[in-house]
Amino acid sequence: MPRLKTTTLYGWLLFAPAGVMLTLFAFSPTIATFWQSLFSRGTARRPSQFIGLDNYEAMLADPIFWQVAKNSLWYAVGTIPTSIAIALGMALWVNSKLPARTLVRMAYFTPTILPMIAAANIWLFFYTPNIGLLDQMGRALGLGGHNWLGDPSTALGAIIVTTVWKEAGFFMIFYLAALQTIPPDLKDAAAIEGAGRWTWFRRVVFPLLMPTTLFVLVNAMINSVKLIDHLFILTKGGPSNASKLLLYYVYETAFSYFDQPYAATLTVVILLTLGLLAVVQVRGLDRRIHYR
Amino acid sequence: MTTRTKNLIGGLALSTALAGGAALPAAAEVELTMFYPIAVGGALTEVVDGLVEDFEAEHPDISVNAIYAGNYDDTRVRALAALNAGEPAQLSVLFSIDLFELLEQDIIVPFDSLVETDEDREWLDSFYPGLMANGVTEGQTWGIPFQRSTIVLYWNKDAFAEAGLDPETPPANWDEMVEMGQALTKDDGSQWGVMVPSTGYPYWMFQAFALQNGIELMNEAGTETYFDDPAAVEALEYWVSLSAEHGIMPSGTVEWGTLRQNFLEGQTAMMWHTTGNLTAVRNQAEFDFGVALLPAKERYGSPTGGGNFYVFKDASEEEQKAAMTFIKWMTAPERAAAWSIETGYMGVSPAAYETDELKAYIEDFPAAAVARDQLEHGAAELSTYEGGRVREALNNAVQSALTGSAEPADALAESQATAERLLRMYR
Amino acid sequence: MTPRRLTLGRCVEVSAAWLLALIWIAPLLYAFWAAFHPPAYVTRFELFAPLTLQNFVEAWGYAPFARYFLNTFLLVSLILAGQFFFCTLAGYAFARFAFPGRDLLFALTLMQLFILPEVLIVENYRIMSGLGLIDTIAGIGLPYMASAFGIFLLRQAFKQVPRELEEAARVEGCGFLGVLWRVYVPVAKPVYLAYGLVSVSTHWNNFLWPLVVTNSVETRPLTVGLAIFGAPESGVNWAVISAATLMVVAPLLIAFLLFQRQFVQSFMTAGIK
Repeated sequence: MPRLKTTTLYGWLLFAPAGVMLTLFAFSPTIATFWQSLFSRGTARRPSQFIGLDNYEAMLADPIFWQVAKNSLWYAVGTIPTSIAIALGMALWVNSKLPARTLVRMAYFTPTILPMIAAANIWLFFYTPNIGLLDQMGRALGLGGHNWLGDPSTALGAIIVTTVWKEAGFFMIFYLAALQTIPPDLKDAAAIEGAGRWTWFRRVVFPLLMPTTLFVLVNAMINSVKLIDHLFILTKGGPSNASKLLLYYVYETAFSYFDQPYAATLTVVILLTLGLLAVVQVRGLDRRIHYR
Repeated sequence: MTTRTKNLIGGLALSTALAGGAALPAAAEVELTMFYPIAVGGALTEVVDGLVEDFEAEHPDISVNAIYAGNYDDTRVRALAALNAGEPAQLSVLFSIDLFELLEQDIIVPFDSLVETDEDREWLDSFYPGLMANGVTEGQTWGIPFQRSTIVLYWNKDAFAEAGLDPETPPANWDEMVEMGQALTKDDGSQWGVMVPSTGYPYWMFQAFALQNGIELMNEAGTETYFDDPAAVEALEYWVSLSAEHGIMPSGTVEWGTLRQNFLEGQTAMMWHTTGNLTAVRNQAEFDFGVALLPAKERYGSPTGGGNFYVFKDASEEEQKAAMTFIKWMTAPERAAAWSIETGYMGVSPAAYETDELKAYIEDFPAAAVARDQLEHGAAELSTYEGGRVREALNNAVQSALTGSAEPADALAESQATAERLLRMYR
Repeated sequence: MTPRRLTLGRCVEVSAAWLLALIWIAPLLYAFWAAFHPPAYVTRFELFAPLTLQNFVEAWGYAPFARYFLNTFLLVSLILAGQFFFCTLAGYAFARFAFPGRDLLFALTLMQLFILPEVLIVENYRIMSGLGLIDTIAGIGLPYMASAFGIFLLRQAFKQVPRELEEAARVEGCGFLGVLWRVYVPVAKPVYLAYGLVSVSTHWNNFLWPLVVTNSVETRPLTVGLAIFGAPESGVNWAVISAATLMVVAPLLIAFLLFQRQFVQSFMTAGIK
């Protein structure tokens, strides 16, 4: 019995430092967010008051919130499948006997190690009307120019393209890792049975990559909430909120308008979304852990 | 430790240092931290650093830590954050229109309570009244003009000549701007007639159109707005018509940040932009250009813009005094003149334009006086309580009208409704 | 399946792969073009346009980049050290100690994979204010130190250490910390390397939280410095912004080009666990 006690003690002691940090910077702020969302905006002249669910009511009546929520959804729909598909294609190519394979892999992967801010600076030069590269190329091809970031119908699309460019190489790595675990004799066996490349991919490779796809999917979902750095450079959420995403709105509300309670209310929406995602995934992840 | 004992110790330390014959610079007795923004390009931080150095050389007992914090919004956020976190900041250059937000947070002191001598009071009265408009409310003066601007029209004289227009005559009114713009716009899209920026500060540009059409957008107390007034609607319709109807401006929004580059590359023959850009345009333009008042409709008009000095409440009395010394020094005619020459921002007082340097500069480069001349048609920049959100509402209206996603009247009515909702509790 | 069709299809595929690579690297190549030529050539592509370093000189002079580099370096080191410390201990606890509440704690820890510090900027800002850590490098780093990702990775790595190794060390008289230090940490070296690389590149590039928490030149990391460098809103010219952008990415980019294999391997290791 004393032996059991020491492992308990040691276990707790070892976890304690990380536990304190997690409590301070993850658990307690999560709970505090909910609490904070029940108060009114406070200024020196008008102190903050408990207002119950008023902020939530205001949020539901806030047209910007709905616009931003819609944008965030489109952002997710626009970035997740595209970047995963491109990543998978990249991985298959880089994993095959491609001439100059290292170079190609490097090209695919490089955006991953650039800061989003730097990437956005570069992409701004592409999108800017008239003098930007896209317009110049368009003119050379005899097409009219387009104000990519200044047109509400294309601003979000432009943001999505930049995000996909930044993310695909990152996800490629996971697929590459998974592809390398597929035993080569499996392919030989398939070839003997006369399976074409498409059949081989569809029947063998893709199913084998399923856990990776799941993993990448969750990562992509989290990123679609988190990746907003480029908005600061490219559009600041405009024109007329056309490219504003939820986390950016939180930032703006808290640090430009100094309405922290409302920012907390918006954060709650993000937390609930992520929490839902977590519950779904932890089950899947659990299964994978047991595999090992 | 009281301030006095602190001083005593400081004094002791100082005298020991001197007695020891050490060749140390005299220890500063008062340390000031100041945040400041820059909304135009170039190495302006160097200019500010240079000014601060000169000041410290003249006032060895005061040291100033000037922190560049990005654009106006960034700087407000940074300064408020620092104050909230209990970090020292005794004064800052912040957006002139941040006044109500700063009052609401109760963190600034009026200059009326800082001035002591007659000389101080004279100094307080020495600025252009047009530039004081955004700094005065509740019967007191809270902001001292520093990097101030108005919107002016830049035109490319070479492009005018090429289009068969008189290169020395810019458009004087709205109709002329359209006519000239049509002559200047090239069919292949390589040159537009005019560009008015609609990102960054759309509300500011819109305010210029509105003023020209004879309407102010808000009341002085910052509690009411008039975005949906018919004259305002008409102003926005005119702006929209530049691209939608007359085709002399590209459709969609025009990026504030890259507009100067557009103008310098000859992509547009005219641009509306802040005078704060003047020196940069002058240094980089490879063609002959002119600067003029914005065209008139009912009248000439441009809102003022830019940054004011504010002094924070939390500073000790001694620090506030030092801050006053610094601000007075920075806004003295010679410095105001030098700052104006370096940047294109306005000299903030009539006396600045009386200095030999600025007189000589204007003689050589008359464009430098346009902002001042426009001041008689100037008005306070849009500034209200909940300023950030009210401006954002107006920005959205302007942008959705320009991008064709809403009719000007509807867009403005919606922004007015938002502003009403936000401002109700302040009346 | 005739050989001819195979080569044709293959050719198309190879060209497509190359084209994609070209598209993917083009933005960076363009940044190089803009940064190394005079501003007049920013959008004019002439083969023999004069080369210049002037843009870098100007960018370096416009903003205190040396200080930003130092700040980022300190920040990244601090976070890495913190992560190694906290995650090693917690990972060890989860891997080798059966204590009551372990599974619950582990599940809670994993929640942090989802509830990222980025999402909690509002409340974390208040907490940092309370701790007096606004505008400090520690303030930027602290929320990332107890990383669920790191704990998870190290737990997996430690679990694979054979019990016999541990027993042997115990026989030699090692305490439980000694065992950790002598047995577990050395075995997990590749995982540390992988995690370290991922962590460094993540935090070198991190922006939102540092933006929120820093106020001054003395703490601002490169990314924030770069963002406000572009902020003078009527725009520093593009050539100079490109030069500044390249300066910011240079250390990571060079490291990546030199140690490509390790980078890719690290991201793989960190990913598949």
